[in-house]
This record gives sequence, C-alpha cells and structure tokens, in this order.
Amino acid sequence: MIFLTRRATFSASHYYWNEAWPAEKNQQVFGRCANRNGHGHNYTLEVTVAGEPDPMTGFVVDLKWLKDVMEREVLAAYDHKHLNLDAPEFAHQIPTTENIAIAAWQRLEPAITAAGGARLSRVRVYETPEIFAEYRGPHEQVSARGVKDRGEA
Amino acid sequence: MKAYFGRRYMLSASHRLHTAALTAEENRATYGKCNNEHGHGHNYVVEVLVGGAVEAETGMVVDLVALDKTVHERVLDRFDHANLNLDPLFVDRVPTTENFCKTIFALLYDALPAGELEHVRVEETENNFFECSARG
Repeated sequence: MIFLTRRATFSASHYYWNEAWPAEKNQQVFGRCANRNGHGHNYTLEVTVAGEPDPMTGFVVDLKWLKDVMEREVLAAYDHKHLNLDAPEFAHQIPTTENIAIAAWQRLEPAITAAGGARLSRVRVYETPEIFAEYRGPHEQVSARGVKDRGEA
Repeated sequence: MKAYFGRRYMLSASHRLHTAALTAEENRATYGKCNNEHGHGHNYVVEVLVGGAVEAETGMVVDLVALDKTVHERVLDRFDHANLNLDPLFVDRVPTTENFCKTIFALLYDALPAGELEHVRVEETENNFFECSARG
C-alpha cells in the first residue's frame, strides 16, 4: 500500500462564535478568534490517498487529477472566501481547523471514491505552520474510555 | 466524530550520544560526530497530535490552552535550554532522538486525558525525525 500526499494552499477568513452562548462566554472560550469582524490565515491542505501503484502507469493516482479534484471541491469553495459567510457548511457550524478538516474530507471523498482507484486516507489542514487538524474518516470513533475521560459521555 | 489536533513546539537542548557499555573507540564508531566529548545541540521540534471527539459546542477537539500548559510543564520547562544527558531520565539511557521521543511520549501520555495522545514526533533537524504513537 502506498500513501500519496498532495498539498495546496488557500487563504480565508473566519471567526469563532457559538450563537447559543452569550457574548461574554464566546469571548472567554474563543478569545481573539471571537472577533466578529473576522481574521484570516494562509491554510495548507494536505490530502493523502492510499492505494497500489497501477501496473501500467506506476501511479497510485494521477497527481494532476488529484490537484484538479482539490481545486474544484475545496479551493473553489474556500480560497479567498470568508468561511462563516461563504461556505454553507459553516453557516451553523464553527469553522475551527478541526471542522475544516472534516468538511474538506466530506467535499473530497465522493469524487475520490467515484474515480475507483485510491481511497481517501487522511485530510490534514494547517492553520499556521504550528497548528493543524486532521481527519481520517468516519470509521474512526472515539473510544468510550476517551469520551468518558474527556467528560463528554 | 473523531478528529485530530496537532501542535508544534520548539526546544533547544544539547546532548552527547555515548554509552558506558561500549569502549571509547566503539562509541566513536557507533555514534560518529554525535559522540563528541563535550556534546552538541539541536533546535528540536516536538509535534504533539491528540485525538478525540469534536465537541459540538466549540468545534474543537482539545483545549489548546490546556494542551500548551501540559506540554510546557512536562516537556519544555524541563528540556528547553538543558543538557539532556544530565536529566535523571537519561542517566542510564542514551539521549538519542528515538529515546527522547519515547520519553516525551511517556511524560505527556501520563499527563493528558486517557486516550487523547495519538503521537509525538520529534524532529532533530530538518532531515531527521522520529515518531512514537499510541498504536505501539
């Protein structure tokens, strides 16, 4: 099995705000990220697909095709956009890096699966060079122990 | 919904790769430049990946401030601007980056909520890195 990763960058603005909370709580939990006028990042999107090299081409996937899928499914929706206002999935969901990684997976997975070659293995989104989130698909569940210990049971 | 959150930290430390189990010549042959008698140093990057449920209320996997506090208290305050060989944890172990990575993993694993720590990656230089994961 080969894991192949392609990177792309996009620039977007966002803010963190939970409508169910009073302003003070939003400011307390989200700090500077709660500024309603938003702020922005240069994000890096890393998409990893897994599969066997094709015996004829030696490719797991055609990288140009993967680039086009990433541009069409993710960058067209997020690059130079305000995530809260321009991306429908963030109308009622906070565009944290975690949620962006999950949403990017959901945008990419149908196109990659439909192509019938490699499977989508991992999506990683860097908000800054020091901070990133990753999602490995809905098959991964939080263990009961982990949930309990995090006080979310 | 499970997702992972990663954070990269930097620390500067010195070390010397040397074991009393080998002769001076064998140490030089095994560790090369890293066996230099007076040690040398690196800017290490420590990447910490934690996994968990994305909380619906916050959209977050982990409280970044709490994670930073744990990593500072357990790892950075202890090893940044220190000589690794002089730390009690390396009295009987060579502070290779493999062992350093395992040590950091153990220190954080005990301090973080159960099931949260997924992996620790330590980059010794831009070209070398080592990973320890919860999967063994």
